[in-house]
Amino acid sequence: MNLESIGWPEFSLGWQGLVVLVIFGVSLLIATYCTYAERVIAAFLQDRVGPDRAGPFGLAQPLADAVKLFTKEEFFPGGANKALFVFGPCLAMVTALMSSAVIPFGNSLHFGSTVIRLQSIDSNIGMLYVFGIVSLGVYGIMIGGWASNNKFSLLGAIRAASQNISYELAMGLALIAVLMMSGSLSLRDITMQQTSATGWHWGDIFAWNVFKQPLGFIIFIVCAFAETNRTPFDLPECETELVGGYHTEYSSMKMGLYLFAEYINVFVATAVMSVLYFGGFNYPFQYEFLDFLQTKAGLSADWAHNIFVLMGVVAMFMKIFTGIFFFMWIRWTLPRFRYDQLMRLGWTILIPLAIFNILLTGGLITAGIIPDLTAAAR
Amino acid sequence: MQSLSNRAKKLEKKPFTLAERAYLPAIFQGLTITMQHFFRAATKKQITIRYPEETRPFSPVFRGLHVLKRDEQGRERCTACGLCAVACPAEAITMVAGERKKGEQNLYREEKYAVSYEINMLRCIFCGLCEEACPKAAIYLQADKMAPPRYERDEFIYGKDRLVEPVSPDTRSKRGIQLTPEQADKLRTQLA
Repeated sequence: MNLESIGWPEFSLGWQGLVVLVIFGVSLLIATYCTYAERVIAAFLQDRVGPDRAGPFGLAQPLADAVKLFTKEEFFPGGANKALFVFGPCLAMVTALMSSAVIPFGNSLHFGSTVIRLQSIDSNIGMLYVFGIVSLGVYGIMIGGWASNNKFSLLGAIRAASQNISYELAMGLALIAVLMMSGSLSLRDITMQQTSATGWHWGDIFAWNVFKQPLGFIIFIVCAFAETNRTPFDLPECETELVGGYHTEYSSMKMGLYLFAEYINVFVATAVMSVLYFGGFNYPFQYEFLDFLQTKAGLSADWAHNIFVLMGVVAMFMKIFTGIFFFMWIRWTLPRFRYDQLMRLGWTILIPLAIFNILLTGGLITAGIIPDLTAAAR
Repeated sequence: MQSLSNRAKKLEKKPFTLAERAYLPAIFQGLTITMQHFFRAATKKQITIRYPEETRPFSPVFRGLHVLKRDEQGRERCTACGLCAVACPAEAITMVAGERKKGEQNLYREEKYAVSYEINMLRCIFCGLCEEACPKAAIYLQADKMAPPRYERDEFIYGKDRLVEPVSPDTRSKRGIQLTPEQADKLRTQLA
C-alpha cells in the first residue's frame, strides 16, 4: 500500500511531521487543562470557587497535579497480571492520542509552493479510522480492569465494554445519515461541504450538518457521552456501586493516564462532532473576510489565504472548547443513569431512532429536499 | 390496603408523558438551572471566604487565641497556680512554676511565676474555661485573633514567647483588664 492510495499524495515528513507533532502537543495540552477546566466549571456550577491557589487563577494546578501523580506510590495489587496491568492504561492513552490523526483542524497553509495541511493525515476513510480507533480504546479499560484482579474493576470493565459496543451501533447508524449526504468518509471533504458560497452572510451557519441532521446530531451526542464514559453514562467508574470502577486498583500516573485518556477522548469526540455537525473550520462571513483580506487589506495572496485559514483554526477550536464545556456542563447537571436504563436507552430508543433517521434522510435526498453531494464526491 | 391513620397521601402512579420519557425537556431545564448558577458564581461576589487572605468578621464574644496579660507596671500576672490547667477539659495547658528571685520584681507580679507555660492549640477547644478559672485575670481568649494554620504539629504548641502580651501599652491585647490612660502614660515614661 502506498501513501497515495490512502489519499496522502504529497508526503513531506518535514512540515507535515511538524503538524503531527503540534496536534499531538495540542491534544495533550488541552487534556491537561481540561482537568483544570473541569474543576473550575464544576465549582462555578455549584457556587464554589474552585482551584485558585497554584499560580494566577490556579492555572498551575495541572502541573501540581502532575507532580503529585508522578510522585505517588506505584501500587500493584496482589495476584494482578503485572504486564497487562501496565499495558491497560498505556493502550487507553495510545488509542486516545491516535484518534486525532485524521481530524482537520484547519484548511491548508500556503507558503509559495509549500502547502501545509493542518491535519495529520487526510485519509479518505477518515471517519472509519476514528471509529476503529475509538472502539479499540475500550480494550485499554477492559485489559486494565481484568488485570487488576478485583471484582469491582472487572465489573467496571465489563460495563465499559458492553456500553461501548451498544452505543457504537447507534453512533454508527447516526453517522450513516451524514455519510449519505456527504458521500465521503474523509473528514476534510465533509467539512468542505458544509459551506455555502451563496453570498448570504449567515448561509455558512445554515450549511452546517446540524441543521440538516438535528435528530442524528442528538443521537450522536448522546452516544458520544456514552463512548467517552462521561456522566450521565459513566457507569464503568460508578463510584457509588463499584468503588472506582475499572481504575479501582490504579494509583499514581497509571491512574493519571486513564483520566488523561478520558479527557483526550472528550477532546477528540468534540472535534469529530464539530467536523461532522458544526462545519469544522468553517465560520460565518468567511468569504466576506477572505474577500476583504484579498482586496482591501493589501496582503499578498498567500498571506490573505493563510490568515483566512488561521481564523478557521480559531473557529474550529472555539467549537471544540464549546463542546468540551458542554460535556462538563452536562456532567455537573445530570445524575448517572442506572445500568438497565442505559441499555434500554441504547438498544430500544437510540438504535430505532437512528434507523428512522436513515430512512428519513434517504427519503429527503430522493425527494431532492437535501442536496445529493455523493455524485460530486465521486 | 387500609391506611391505619387515614393520613397517608394517595399517590396516583401516572404513566410518563412523551416529553418526560424523552428526557430532553428535563435535561434542558436542568441545564438552565446550572447555567444560572454558573453566571452567578462568575459575575457576582462569591460567598466563599478565601481564608488566609480574607477572614470572617469576628463577633465581640469570639473566643480565639489566648493571651497572657501583664499588669499596669508591665509585670506578668500569671502565678502558675495551675487552676487553668485543672479547668481545661482538653488538657491543653501545661506549666512549670518557679519562684521569683530578687531583682525580678519588675518582671513578675507575684512571688511565684510560670517558668514555662504552654498551650497546645491542636488540643485546645477554645471553650474559655481557663479564662473563667483564672483568679489573677491573667489568661484571656482574644476576640480578634485565631491560631493561624501551620504545616507542622509542634508549631501549634504555643509557649510564653507567643502567649504573653507585649509590655508597651499601645500594642497590648484588647481583651482583659485594660490600662487607664494615666497608667498607660506612666508605663510609657517608664519604658522610655
